[in-house]
Amino acid sequence: MKGPVEFTLNGAPQRLSVELQRPLLEVLREELDLTGTKFGCGEGQCRACTVLVDGKPTRSCITDVSEIRGSKVVTIEGLAPDGRLHRVQEAFIKEEAMQCGYCVPGMVLTVAALLERNALPSEAELVEALNGNLCRCCGYTNILKAARRAAQAEEVQP
Amino acid sequence: MNRTMLEFPEPERYELREGPYYHFEISRRAFGQLLGAGLLLSIPVSRALAQRSGRGGPQTLAQRLHIGVEGDITVLTGKVEVGQGSRTELTQAAAEELCVSVERIRLVMADSDVVPNDGGTAGSRTTPSTVPSVRQGCAAARQLLLQTAAERFKADASTLSVRDGQVQGLGANQNFGYTDLAGEEEAFKRNVPRNVELTPTPSWKVMGTHVPKVGSREIATGAHRYPSDIRRPGMLYAAVLRPPSYGATLESIDLAPARAHPGVTAVHDGDFVGCAGPTSLEARNAVDAAGKTAVWKETTHRSSDTLFEDLRAAAGQRNRENTRGNPAEALEKGHRVLRATYHVPYIQHAPMEPRAAVAEWDGDRLTVWTGTQQPDRVRGELARAFQMPEARVRLIVPDTGGGFGGRHTGEAALEAARLAREAGRPVSLRWTREAEFTWAYFRPAGVMDLEGALDAEGKLTGWTHVNFNSGASALETPYAVPHVRTGFKNCDQPLRSGSYRALAATANTFAREAFMDELAAAQGADPLEFRLRHLENDRMRAVLEAAAAAFDWKGQWKAPAGPQTTGIGLSCGTEKGSYTACCARVRVDRDAGTYRVTDVCQAFECGAIVNPGNLQAQVEGCLIQGLGAVLREEIRFRDGRVLGARFSRYEVPRFRDVPAMKIVLVNRPDLPSVGGSETPIIGIAPAVANAMAHAVQVRLRALPLRDATWKAAGSDPNGG
Repeated sequence: MKGPVEFTLNGAPQRLSVELQRPLLEVLREELDLTGTKFGCGEGQCRACTVLVDGKPTRSCITDVSEIRGSKVVTIEGLAPDGRLHRVQEAFIKEEAMQCGYCVPGMVLTVAALLERNALPSEAELVEALNGNLCRCCGYTNILKAARRAAQAEEVQP
Repeated sequence: MNRTMLEFPEPERYELREGPYYHFEISRRAFGQLLGAGLLLSIPVSRALAQRSGRGGPQTLAQRLHIGVEGDITVLTGKVEVGQGSRTELTQAAAEELCVSVERIRLVMADSDVVPNDGGTAGSRTTPSTVPSVRQGCAAARQLLLQTAAERFKADASTLSVRDGQVQGLGANQNFGYTDLAGEEEAFKRNVPRNVELTPTPSWKVMGTHVPKVGSREIATGAHRYPSDIRRPGMLYAAVLRPPSYGATLESIDLAPARAHPGVTAVHDGDFVGCAGPTSLEARNAVDAAGKTAVWKETTHRSSDTLFEDLRAAAGQRNRENTRGNPAEALEKGHRVLRATYHVPYIQHAPMEPRAAVAEWDGDRLTVWTGTQQPDRVRGELARAFQMPEARVRLIVPDTGGGFGGRHTGEAALEAARLAREAGRPVSLRWTREAEFTWAYFRPAGVMDLEGALDAEGKLTGWTHVNFNSGASALETPYAVPHVRTGFKNCDQPLRSGSYRALAATANTFAREAFMDELAAAQGADPLEFRLRHLENDRMRAVLEAAAAAFDWKGQWKAPAGPQTTGIGLSCGTEKGSYTACCARVRVDRDAGTYRVTDVCQAFECGAIVNPGNLQAQVEGCLIQGLGAVLREEIRFRDGRVLGARFSRYEVPRFRDVPAMKIVLVNRPDLPSVGGSETPIIGIAPAVANAMAHAVQVRLRALPLRDATWKAAGSDPNGG
């Protein structure tokens, strides 16, 4: 069934008329050309499709677009809106926390959301928060380094 | 399915090469300048280099380098980037020889309209073949710059050099750089010498250093377009109907229910059924509607339950055998003789980005964006499938979401092109994860029989190692043994198999290194000491000693008096000209029957290191990816169906699995550089298996080393 869906996308109001059972992932990628959000599995097992819905990491491949009505959605494109990188993105670049990089948008958003609610996560908390995100290149060490670097960058902020 | 590819000197039977994936019945119908103004430098490639790149003969002209009128430098390569770091490494190679900064170079990879044929991206060939080839082209350009400047300013070329793209050593107010060269048409018509001098390793300024990954900002911001992200005007999204099981053939199908969906194009051509529509959802719905009318004829198919018996029974006639000395006699007369059989299952590459392609027809010309490690082969497949000359097919490989040897084919490209042909619009197809797990190909399963004979002094006198099905890579033992027989038996196998990171070297190193531990244990020897006793190769010894020292093996090793809660194990091996040694520590929970790999220490040597940061990342990635095959990964199948074709059932490594890792990169600037993205995967499985045997006193001989299996095996000395 088609219907209107209104939500806030990367800070701007968005109104779409789409099939309500379409996965949010496909609406972002196919209607809005936001291809930074990736398809990895379609069953919520790899979190390449992670977006933030009201600040919470959300698997857009198993979220119907109707479920995000009235919500604030942030995709990887919305993290650096004016070209100024988010500290998590900077940390990923600095630590080269990417090989093929396909998992990186999901990883970056997951870390960014974690640091919002827990400014200085312990090692165990980091692993726990990221454990749902797959990196098939298995570059996990550098991703953890990047997360730590981002956390420390946050610490020194006023 | 099992035709041998002759392109690689290694015995890589599983560099998958097969006939066309589809036979389209499509009827034959009548069916830019990309780099901008500037000059294209064509570099004749030396015969030696061409042969080293494994292409069997001299390449006449490789168009390698374009210098734009603004002085912008574009370097061209047929190699692809799938996460292994080829883009950064090749950019470094070009910057080194052109004497410009890395930022100045734009590297165009795998766009068939402009790049030279550098062969497929496989077998760790980028570093030993394409890096020298790019360096040669760029060094020739540097020489051209110097010669032209010398002539222009009447200077002695031998007194000139290049820094930051500008000629140094000219008179005051005399400036000449690559920007000026772009205006020198005559210079580019000059014959470039075939063998220009490359910058010697001790003088490297860019190569050998940790140049950060090129393109990382685009990745971190989500701006980079992977093959599945390519968008074209008027593009449709596609879905494909997959057979219910292996070998199933389509008896009949009605496309009318699919075509009833607005804006949907449906195609049934031979074995192919697919739909393209305005959204992925529409395409899926249309395929599902047509699928309900499909009548399939299924066939019987072997099950993974009897895989290893089946493989042994299905050994074919195309066997390879190597014998040195008289191994049969050595085994007969051995003071102590051991025999053991090891197993590895089918596993999957499961790259994060599933197979994907965008295809667009412009009259009789076809452009396809897809992720493949064999762009030239896929281009040829497309040309054959659509009965058109290759020149009218443009194949572009955007940097892709993972490869690991799993992208040697172009199924998605063919499917997208067939649908785009019918729809008259560009079509994007991205495989589902289930399709990827089922209809891609697998790393072959294998059975390995080993025998070893020791004399009274504990020296190896005889050795045999026979591999059924999984391949011949790293089949030869690096240890000094006088009487050796190795064999590879080709089997009629149930699943479509192909290349995989390091391929059979992983299986054969697992079997050999585990067996070496069994032989050491049989005489109560320290596994490190036992290996060193038989190692004459200095490079192999060096990495083994480096790993053991960094791990403090000598301070930790004790022959176990009985089952323990922790164990340590080690392994070493060589493949594709590089050397690796790995130490691992496990902690077991005897009550729960579980274990954890807590520490890994690996030394790796691949000649002169080109980029230590990327190499470190590749070694770590190899270790964790290899750990997946140790802990859990296994493709099981029954009735022609993969059981659990999903990440929730096929569990690849996650953050929680990551052990503490110590990596020792052994740099050898005196040796040529070889690839480092494959071989580091081969040592982890035997190191962990040996650590488990050390801890629980049960020898597990089949991967994966599942929890509880060692408990079930109990005190059975033959274990799993």
